[in-house]
Amino acid sequence: MSLLEVENISVFYGAVRGVSDISFSVEEGEIIALLGANGAGKSTVLKAISGIVRLRSGSIRLGGQPLPAGRPHRRVSQGLVQVPEGRHIFASLTVSENLELGGYIHAKSARARRERQTEVLALFPNLQDKLNQLAGRLSGGEQQALAIARAMMARPRVLMVDEPSLGLDPQKIDVVYDLLADIARSGTTVVLVEQNVALALELASRAYVLQQGTVVLSGEARALEKDERVAAAYLGGAPAAAAVG
Amino acid sequence: MQLLVGEIENGIFLGAFFVLIALGYSMVYGILRLINFAHGDFYMMAAYVSFAIFGAVGISHLHSKWPVVLVVGLITMIATGALAVLAERLIYRPMRRAALLSLMIAALGLSQVLENGVLNIPAWGSQYRTYPVTSSAAGTSILGTQFTYAQIAMVIISGLLAVGVYYLVGRTLIGKAMRAVAEDRVAASLMGVNVDLVISLVFFVGGALAGAAAVMDSLYYGQINYLMGFTVGLQAFTAAVLGGIGNIAGAVVGGLLLGIVESIGTGIFGAEWSVVVAFGVLVVMLWVRPNGLLGERVARRM
Ligand SMILES: Nc1ncnc2c1ncn2[C@@H]1O[C@H](COP(=O)(O)OP(=O)(O)O)[C@@H](O)[C@H]1O
Ligand SMILES: [Mg+2]
Repeated sequence: MSLLEVENISVFYGAVRGVSDISFSVEEGEIIALLGANGAGKSTVLKAISGIVRLRSGSIRLGGQPLPAGRPHRRVSQGLVQVPEGRHIFASLTVSENLELGGYIHAKSARARRERQTEVLALFPNLQDKLNQLAGRLSGGEQQALAIARAMMARPRVLMVDEPSLGLDPQKIDVVYDLLADIARSGTTVVLVEQNVALALELASRAYVLQQGTVVLSGEARALEKDERVAAAYLGGAPAAAAVG
Repeated sequence: MQLLVGEIENGIFLGAFFVLIALGYSMVYGILRLINFAHGDFYMMAAYVSFAIFGAVGISHLHSKWPVVLVVGLITMIATGALAVLAERLIYRPMRRAALLSLMIAALGLSQVLENGVLNIPAWGSQYRTYPVTSSAAGTSILGTQFTYAQIAMVIISGLLAVGVYYLVGRTLIGKAMRAVAEDRVAASLMGVNVDLVISLVFFVGGALAGAAAVMDSLYYGQINYLMGFTVGLQAFTAAVLGGIGNIAGAVVGGLLLGIVESIGTGIFGAEWSVVVAFGVLVVMLWVRPNGLLGERVARRM
């Protein structure tokens, strides 16, 4: 049994199709990537898993149990935690307040939250000195790190990260991807959404390629890196380019 | 000079009520971007609720029975908070995706419903009602101006409530959740925050504060009327705008400042000009500094 099973889901925004008939599954402890161009439906899939948008049809199961139709905050306490596209840190709150909110589902115990913060900050030493700064004052890379750290505060069973490389220069992207690798190594299951296909295929073990709201290709990351169709559409031509990325 | 000191002191007393009501305006604005024009009528409803309870309990004098008055005040706060929560649940929540203008019109409609509701209750009606509880004139002089003990207690209670809200919003986890929801509702829900519950809580706190203000105000002035929420609503809204709406500290600063300006203004022009002074401040403020005194971009929300 897979940890997360997405089965034939369709989502509409009014009359506009977000995704249709998408299926994929995620094993415990693995990193999978959802890839595709802008508008392919990647974010919609994550929103559906988080309960921000309703399913028109299909179902999502976590640990074999169907997710009840419910509001997003319920999904977080079930362990489905998302770092949304564009980070959405709380700019007018301090770094430390952002982290605290990340641990909101452990609302019962301030001590539990503090302990978790220590654990999380061990992965994000750069944030340690900036705890009392307003999050809006951080650089783009730091904000992305904060957004991930904040999500980790909730002890996710599945961490979903939507385009973490967006708007960052290559150096900062490396930092963020190293963080994600660390997180995965520590046992957290990761669903990574990217337009930057080369980058994502390096980190993920498996990937699904979306186009116009449906899955058009899927498989092992290593195989996809060499796949001509992927190379042609996303890696700028020759398959060899993937190895450079 | 002595006159001015006295007017400032009276302004602080007056402003203390504005602060309590402005906080509700401001918190609701902060979290929903809604100018809740019915807020003044929550205050009015609180006056009538406490009027009814005091009538039933049969207390007529504050000083001998102040613990009972305090309890009735608390019950009124809870009832008014509940009324605000109900209003949000039944009217504003179903309209959350609607244009802000529609929400504001709904708020005006609710205001009318509440006022006319009171008007149509025979025991309440359109006349001024004498509040059942009176307080004695005993008091003391502060910097040369006479205040009753009741007045002093009221300012202290208002101050404690304001500090309580400041602590709630600034320091507690639920307060941080309020600020998070105010800034980015979807992101807050992705933290596991129950957004609806947080919004309800904001309405509850705002309503409860208006309830506290209403009980104290009625004790002090001794009369209530179904239109009393309108003027106070305008004044509190002005106070909120003055300090920077959506901002806790702004509501406090704006409330006190408006109290002082009104007190000095009515000292010069006469008491019948108090609403004109408030309205004048509102217009000037919207004109010269629409973000209010403390309405910086970052600290804009709550
Ligand atoms: N809020 C929305 N309202 C209407 N259409 C939307 C909305 N969000 C996304 N869409 C549409 O759904 C499709 C998938 O979008 P999205 O999931 O954001 O793609 P991606 O994340 O892959 O860029 C696109 O056609 C997009 O225009
Ligand atoms: Mg997207």
